[in-house]
Amino acid sequence: MTAVSTEQEVKIIVFQIKDKEYALPVERVRGIEKLLHITRVPKTLPFIKGVINLRGVITPIIDLRIRFGFDEVVYNESTRIIIVVIEGMEVGLIVDSANDVMDIPVASIEPQPEVVGHRIDEYISGVAKIDKRLLILVNLEKTLSLDALQESMRKEG
Amino acid sequence: MDMNQYLEVFIEESKEHLQMCSEQLLELEKNPDDLSIVNDIFRAAHTLKGMSATMGYEDLANLTHKMENVLDAIRNEQITLQPETFDTLFLAVDDLEAMVYSIAEGGEGKRDVKDVVEKLLLIEKGESLILTAVSEVAAASALLEPEIVNSEYDEFEITVLQQSQDQGFNSYELKISLREDCLLKAARVFMVFEVLEKIGEVIKSNPPVEQLEEEQFDHSFSVTIVTKESVEDVQKKVMKVSEVDRVQVHTIDFEHLRTPVPVEEQESVVTTVATEQTKKEEKKQAPVKSNSSKTIRVNIERLDILMNLFEELVIDRGRLDQISRDLDNQELHETVERMSRVTSDLQTIVLNMRMVPVETVFNRFPKMVRQLARDLNKQVDLQIVGAETELDRTVIDEIGDPLVHLLRNAMDHGIERPEVRLANGKPEEGKILLKAYHSGNHVFIEIEDDGAGINRERVLNKAIANGILSKEAAATLTDKQVYELILASGFSTAEKISDVSGRGVGLDVVKNTIESLGGNVTIDSTEGAGSVFLIQLPLTLSIISVMLVEIQKEKYAIPLSSIIETAIIKKEDIMNAHNQQVIDFRGKVLPLLFLKDIFEVPEFGKEDEFLSVVIVRKGDKMAGLVVDSFIGQLEVVLKSLGDYLNTAFAISGATILGDGQVALIIDCNALIN
Repeated sequence: MTAVSTEQEVKIIVFQIKDKEYALPVERVRGIEKLLHITRVPKTLPFIKGVINLRGVITPIIDLRIRFGFDEVVYNESTRIIIVVIEGMEVGLIVDSANDVMDIPVASIEPQPEVVGHRIDEYISGVAKIDKRLLILVNLEKTLSLDALQESMRKEG
Repeated sequence: MDMNQYLEVFIEESKEHLQMCSEQLLELEKNPDDLSIVNDIFRAAHTLKGMSATMGYEDLANLTHKMENVLDAIRNEQITLQPETFDTLFLAVDDLEAMVYSIAEGGEGKRDVKDVVEKLLLIEKGESLILTAVSEVAAASALLEPEIVNSEYDEFEITVLQQSQDQGFNSYELKISLREDCLLKAARVFMVFEVLEKIGEVIKSNPPVEQLEEEQFDHSFSVTIVTKESVEDVQKKVMKVSEVDRVQVHTIDFEHLRTPVPVEEQESVVTTVATEQTKKEEKKQAPVKSNSSKTIRVNIERLDILMNLFEELVIDRGRLDQISRDLDNQELHETVERMSRVTSDLQTIVLNMRMVPVETVFNRFPKMVRQLARDLNKQVDLQIVGAETELDRTVIDEIGDPLVHLLRNAMDHGIERPEVRLANGKPEEGKILLKAYHSGNHVFIEIEDDGAGINRERVLNKAIANGILSKEAAATLTDKQVYELILASGFSTAEKISDVSGRGVGLDVVKNTIESLGGNVTIDSTEGAGSVFLIQLPLTLSIISVMLVEIQKEKYAIPLSSIIETAIIKKEDIMNAHNQQVIDFRGKVLPLLFLKDIFEVPEFGKEDEFLSVVIVRKGDKMAGLVVDSFIGQLEVVLKSLGDYLNTAFAISGATILGDGQVALIIDCNALIN
């Protein structure tokens, strides 16, 4: 954080899934990794891709594409794992690409648009319009909380 | 002075000294004539007293002091050893231990020790009035006298003096001058003290005894004693020691006691001369007795961090190895090879650092067994074998309670009363063997008794009565299975334990604890001849031996503890029973579990006509796990999958392999129902 950044700005990590840009506050992000070998864990939820060895710590990996209800794609060169911290644990999120770190004015953040009935709105805390880009701010708690996972586990039987 | 920095050392050493006391007391009980053992106990108690006084734990110091008095009386053959003497001494050690533990937990080491103190006093009283007087005084001071401020005689000494006065003793301060030409001053001092101790109790000396012993005084020194003798008699008796020039005896004036007397020297540690004398012996024997190995205490968390870092090193080593092979550079080869050797040595060391001898748990048992034997009116000889066997710290911490439980059981329900034993043609004294040993990657702890054994019928009846077992099922059980029923939860109901000839005071707790540690308990018994409880434990909780297997392109680890053996079978040997594929394995029909299907492994290659099978067991049940190939056996560091994945089916954890990849560890128990 530089002296320039004041209360009015937040630093965010911008990543892409499908054709949309998403954002996470930088303080939630521990690192961005290139695709590592993922060990599949059998009989878990479809979006839990497995575990990786992250510097000696077994870290679960979640495919955010599947979590958001999009189609699964084959991972490629631009695929990234964003390591985030939630409830004291490190969790890796697979995203199509991670492209930017930027400061956005807090004022530009609006509450999530009222689109009822789409699964994705559960995971969004707001949107930010910067120039012509629309950044979707991800609500990590809702996306990754164990309760939410268990909930979806029940749904899927 | 800030004592906190010494607190840990103090606690550890106190525990050691108390352990020494218990051990030697047990020894003394076996050899009551060996006074050298009393000396050993005395020394331990004495050191403890000094340490606790220095640390400011007065209660601890006072009780130890009283124990010392009794020991001293034993040493001087003033009292004869009775079983009650030992009981009381053990009680005192128990109380001292409780105090030390209270201190360890951040308390002040205070405890109501009135009973023990009274008993200690009674023991002394039986033989020596003088000693009684002193220790009664000491007892009184332990019960918190009002504070007396005196820089010369400390609170304890003043109380001793005053109480002796009240009981008709005289308190004298002697100034003893030796002849100028006296050659062996220390020897004279010793003789003077000997005389004084015959007629009374030495309360204090100036300079302190250590200095006197080292001849660090001019030609005179002073001693404070309590005695019933008259001034003249005391003077005469001391004068009988040769080379004593002059003895001046003053009666101590209690009115002036509290004003500083310049000659007196302040001493924070209260010691009587009787105890000081042991210091001579202590000095002589100290070099022999001192610990041969030095240790340092390390927080286990730091070791965990070290281990984690170390794993990363191992993983990098694996990568380096790969790279060096690819590059085919001789120098790089050699360097990597040397690094490999160093890291494997390091690994051994890192792992061993967490290992603690099982002795730390075992050493409290002799005292417990002794006490229990007395409570139960039984005669029991506890033998311990293999106390040096090492176990991981985490296991050690958990194993104590189950063992206590099993030992109690062996004594309560196993060993018969002496008269019963005699009637059955056994020696009066029962025997319990506590044995620990390594075997493979496990530690075994055996508790064997030569008691009554387990009565199959009674166990079965009880099990049926408690609804654990149906009558029909009961008939089919093997003896071993019957014995293991006593470990089942709900087998024993609190009050009715003693009705059962077998055992069973909540032994399910034992079983659960052991199983939570990744171990198991088996029971073997012969009615009338005794029982053996065998506990199998992993060496450590964090490192396990596994067989690494491959299923298609995935690697899994199967704990060696579950594996009976591996086999290669032909496809055509597979038979079908109902909907289950089975094989005939050494005459036993085993169900086959295809891990590929269970774990929904994506398929790549085609199937072989041979199947690699890992035969695993859970209790008496067995199954064959079908894999694609065996990679080999290795030691891995067990890691948790974390909260996200703790529900994963049949996976108990994960580990990181040499190539940095994660392999899942299969939970065989979940696979076999």
